[in-house]
Amino acid sequence: MKTRRDFLRISTVGVGATALGLNAFGKGKFKWFDPEADEPVSDEDLTPYATYCEVCFWKCAGWAYVDKAGRIRKVVGNSDDPHSNGRLCPRGTGGVGMYYDEDRLKTPLIRETKSDGSQYFRKASWDEALDLVAKKMKEVKENYGPEAFGLFNHGNPGAHLEHLLRAYGSESNAEPAFANCRGPRSSAYFSTFGAYIGSPENTDIRDTECLVLIGSHIGENMHNSQVQEMSAAIDNGATIITVDPRFSTAAGHSTHWLPIKPSTDIALLLAWIHVLIYEELYNKKFVDKYTFGFDQLKEHVKNMTPEWAYGITDIEPAMIRETARAMAGAAPAVVVHPGRHTVWYGDDTQRERAMAILTALLGAWGKRGSLYLPEAVSVPKFPQPGYPEPEWTWKDLNEGKFPLATMGITTELLKASIPRLGYKHQVKAWLVGGTNLPLAMPDKKLFKEAADSVEFIAVMDTMPMEVTGYADVVLPEATYLERYDFIRAAQNRVPNIALRMPAAKPKYESKPGWWIAKQIGERLGLHDFYNYDDFSEVIDWQLKQLGTSLEEMKKIGVKSFPRKSGPLYLGENEDFTFNTNTGKVELYSVDFSDHGFDPIPVYKKHPEPPQNFYRLIYGRAPMHTFSRTSNNHNLWDLMSENSVWVNPKVADLWGLKRGQKVWLKNQDDAVTSFPVAVRVTERIRWDSVYMVHGFGHSDKKLSRAFGRGASDEEMITNVMVDPVMGGTGMRGNFITFLKEKPASVEKEDKA
Amino acid sequence: MNEELFVSGRNIPNIDPYLNIWHWQIPLYLFLGGLAAGILFFAGFFVVRGKEKKMQATVKWAPIIAPIVLILGLIALFWDLKHKLYFWQLYTTIRLESPMGWGAWTLMIITPLSMIWVASYMKEMFPWWDWKFNFLNRFEAWIIKNRKGLAWVMMIYAIILGVYTGILLSAFNARPLWNTSILGPLFLVSGFSTGLAATIWISKDAKERKILSRIDLIFIAVELFLIVHLFMGFLAGSQTAIEAANLFLGGQFTVSFWVFVVLLGLIFPAVLETLELWGFHVPKWIPPFLILFGGLMFRFIMVEAGQITRYLY
Amino acid sequence: MRYAMAIDTKKCVGCGDCVVACQTENNVPHGYCRDWIVENVSGTYPSLDLEFRSERCNHCDNAPCVRCCPTGASHKAEGGIVLVTHDKCIGCGACIQSCPYDARYPHPEGYVDKCTFCIHRVEKGQNPACVDVCPTHCLHFGDLDDPNSDVSLALKDRKWKVLAPEAGTKPQLYYLI
Repeated sequence: MKTRRDFLRISTVGVGATALGLNAFGKGKFKWFDPEADEPVSDEDLTPYATYCEVCFWKCAGWAYVDKAGRIRKVVGNSDDPHSNGRLCPRGTGGVGMYYDEDRLKTPLIRETKSDGSQYFRKASWDEALDLVAKKMKEVKENYGPEAFGLFNHGNPGAHLEHLLRAYGSESNAEPAFANCRGPRSSAYFSTFGAYIGSPENTDIRDTECLVLIGSHIGENMHNSQVQEMSAAIDNGATIITVDPRFSTAAGHSTHWLPIKPSTDIALLLAWIHVLIYEELYNKKFVDKYTFGFDQLKEHVKNMTPEWAYGITDIEPAMIRETARAMAGAAPAVVVHPGRHTVWYGDDTQRERAMAILTALLGAWGKRGSLYLPEAVSVPKFPQPGYPEPEWTWKDLNEGKFPLATMGITTELLKASIPRLGYKHQVKAWLVGGTNLPLAMPDKKLFKEAADSVEFIAVMDTMPMEVTGYADVVLPEATYLERYDFIRAAQNRVPNIALRMPAAKPKYESKPGWWIAKQIGERLGLHDFYNYDDFSEVIDWQLKQLGTSLEEMKKIGVKSFPRKSGPLYLGENEDFTFNTNTGKVELYSVDFSDHGFDPIPVYKKHPEPPQNFYRLIYGRAPMHTFSRTSNNHNLWDLMSENSVWVNPKVADLWGLKRGQKVWLKNQDDAVTSFPVAVRVTERIRWDSVYMVHGFGHSDKKLSRAFGRGASDEEMITNVMVDPVMGGTGMRGNFITFLKEKPASVEKEDKA
Repeated sequence: MNEELFVSGRNIPNIDPYLNIWHWQIPLYLFLGGLAAGILFFAGFFVVRGKEKKMQATVKWAPIIAPIVLILGLIALFWDLKHKLYFWQLYTTIRLESPMGWGAWTLMIITPLSMIWVASYMKEMFPWWDWKFNFLNRFEAWIIKNRKGLAWVMMIYAIILGVYTGILLSAFNARPLWNTSILGPLFLVSGFSTGLAATIWISKDAKERKILSRIDLIFIAVELFLIVHLFMGFLAGSQTAIEAANLFLGGQFTVSFWVFVVLLGLIFPAVLETLELWGFHVPKWIPPFLILFGGLMFRFIMVEAGQITRYLY
Repeated sequence: MRYAMAIDTKKCVGCGDCVVACQTENNVPHGYCRDWIVENVSGTYPSLDLEFRSERCNHCDNAPCVRCCPTGASHKAEGGIVLVTHDKCIGCGACIQSCPYDARYPHPEGYVDKCTFCIHRVEKGQNPACVDVCPTHCLHFGDLDDPNSDVSLALKDRKWKVLAPEAGTKPQLYYLI
């Protein structure tokens, strides 16, 4: 069916640049001219360039080593960096693959329509493309006001576009990372402790005596310093408790694995709280001094015994008690990990609240081995006028719903783009930077309709990801190894900054994000917000304000500063006011009660899979950052496609064999575009299946990733929206197996 | 349940899911080597026994095949090398622990030996043959005088050649199917049997064929005996050995091995040769052809199946 | 001097960092790998055991690949590291057949290649690339003859196993269990 905006696979314009690229050094072509290409090179013959990684959000600082011929050989961690401690994760080490990927976007592209109505992308010059984007931005401003221009952003690329958008007069931006990922924990912990968890999480895992993971799969999620700290915790003999329906890697290294029935975590948490309170194991000192609402909590969990929880969760009461006692014995050196991807069943903010309450009962806040008090360097803003005040922002898009959302909600931004849904504030155009929306967000139908409804979409990306197929203008960005970016100033135990500088010139015609944003900004007359020629001036100015300089940072890469906000941990009996309504840790949440939500979490039963269907659980693999790296040659070598994990009993029932390819169909009759290989393993329950997210690419220009594995996102059509902050619960989808290729796949244009 | 798998995407060409490093060149060479070994051994044997006159084809004509076949084998080997320009490195060192090294040097010795052997009979086979150079004529005379000594040397090297083709494989105890010391004698006997078969085929003398057939029957019997023990050994061995044996006892090589190698390559020709000895008329090319075919198939199957078996994963 | 490696299976998460780091450090061609991860799951849900092993050439004391090499290209270097001299290798494939760990592969250039314990780094006093990159710090390398080396300390007081000990190769990769 033809829509106004056809999904266009970037199929034309690959320039002969590939012939000049150096894919695998071992190839004979270059051997005669340069024997060094084949043999390993000693570090002494390499030049290091300071950078921090952009393959995921952890932003580990490192050194990009370049040989005498100007080729980037490898990226290695910066040993002064607390994010990496000198060791990059596999994605970071494979970052060179991002630079060398011959499928990269090479030139700006503009969507054109032929006389017969068909659409295609044509190569354009930078001037053409930037002029067009600026023109459209001016049009939207004139016709609808700047607020009608929305932005979907993530990471550094998104940040440059966000600055542009704010200068232009809009705050209509949203990150998938909030509503489609970590949103519930931000809102829940903020309401409880008055502090966000932030990134990297302020979990003192390396000194903990008890680590509790609720669905968190450290080791499969490669949150670098956390994996390192968990390893240190194992060395120290810490008790590790993992609650997961799947035997995750973390579960494999745990002292206790609680194979919980999916969607019942709140019951377990409430039972733990019950044990801690009624066996008087909770941290009385902490609770007395710092918390509010204990009596209500005690009354609330009166009947939530381990026996009650056993009937719901499948976890034996003895195990519930044993683990609760283990936590209490280790308190306050307990980390109840807040998790990260927490949008599961629509009541996720409540589940996170339960985790926060558990943390508070153990007194595991601001103490050694629990959640430390993080501090970040405050990088001064480069001189610019104040941003104009928009008439409405992302908050207004929610139309009164989701009162405790702390950032823009991507689904709402999509819905506001569709006129027939009648939102009061309409969004008419998008900028997209650093995120592959069709694979990152659930409910593809909604996305397609929204993309079709807006007047203009400009996408900035390094690779021809699926989102570029919906763009009117595609802007090829250089990878993080080829550009300057904002100074990294994330929170940590010790405040620190990291520099990113280019290790090589941008390949093909790609440009850094800051340059793209500046060029558009200048065309919009926003010179005041871009009072520099090169971004390195901005960085140098900022560094000088902090007492260092670009020159120094180029040599050291990472610099630490002394803490200003006080010690890392709360002192014994120290007075402390929490940033909440009551000034205390709210076991009973005033915020929640004010807005009509349960002030203390309540267990609600969620739908279970119908007969012949299995709950779809998804997660990460340590060698990939979801769809971002599926085409990266180094990482594709490690894992080129995902598989669907099936319990052996289920496999027997269906006659499925290891390696067999099946299509998946979900409860709403959606079918995966591509088949996926079966992995028969005991590691998954018989009522669920598991897949790694980020595969099943449909853009043919991703030569390695196209058609490999299946996209779990295609199976997520049932979205359970969290009324508290708009999070999109995605684990309420059930799939069944199709052993033969379904007819619908042949016909439809899957994009 | 025990599940073991690679999770870092390991899928090395020609190594995973099972080895496929040696293609048809190697079994062809093993076959040709065994064939030459058989021919040359019996040529020398009958000279030493003084039965030259009665075994013309064995001693004079069949050995012509030997150098041709050895050179073809060497070409096949060279073709198989992946770093061909450096092949000469083989001859810069003697490594006693490497069966492949033995092979290189043995071939280096036996090929010229076989050529000399044939050359010494050139004038007998082709009366018009003329060496043209004086020193060649003198060399020929010297060889003919010392033929018995040469025969002994050739026999010894023929045995080394025949056995080494088996030991080459059995030295690789990482391939469970080859990890058996029976392979050496088995390949030796098989090689000699193919050599006899080739000689029988080209011999025009019925009496000569009879003598050779009798010897061949013994060799075939020994071969069958060794094959039975081969499998008995595997089945009494470790899990990897049992899995290796199962490739032939229900697995993918069952039919090709038992039908082509054992039935058609050993038992059937043995029956035919026995019938022939008892006076029944059998077209004389059939048994030798089947034996040669069986020998070739045997080596192809052993090399391919052996690479499929592995120790881990 | 006897170089060896200890791999702590209690900490390995099977992330594959060692594989990518080796690739970028040693220019291993795409599609080939000098080290790899094996996952082993045993038991029945929910009584399960999980083990990840980072495997590579074991640089065996009694290396069959060194014994069977006809040209001496495959040899033992300082510290017991097994190496291949590229321009002595004729690509015959005997060593590949002889390795019970399937650690070797034919390089597209023609010679046979495998893990070298990053000898170009070890010579300069550094660790192999895989050891230095591992985020769980589960790889330990060093001189077994030195009681204070990283690997010796790792092996002290820990149970360990080697792979396929029945092959008689005396491998020098110790898996701490």
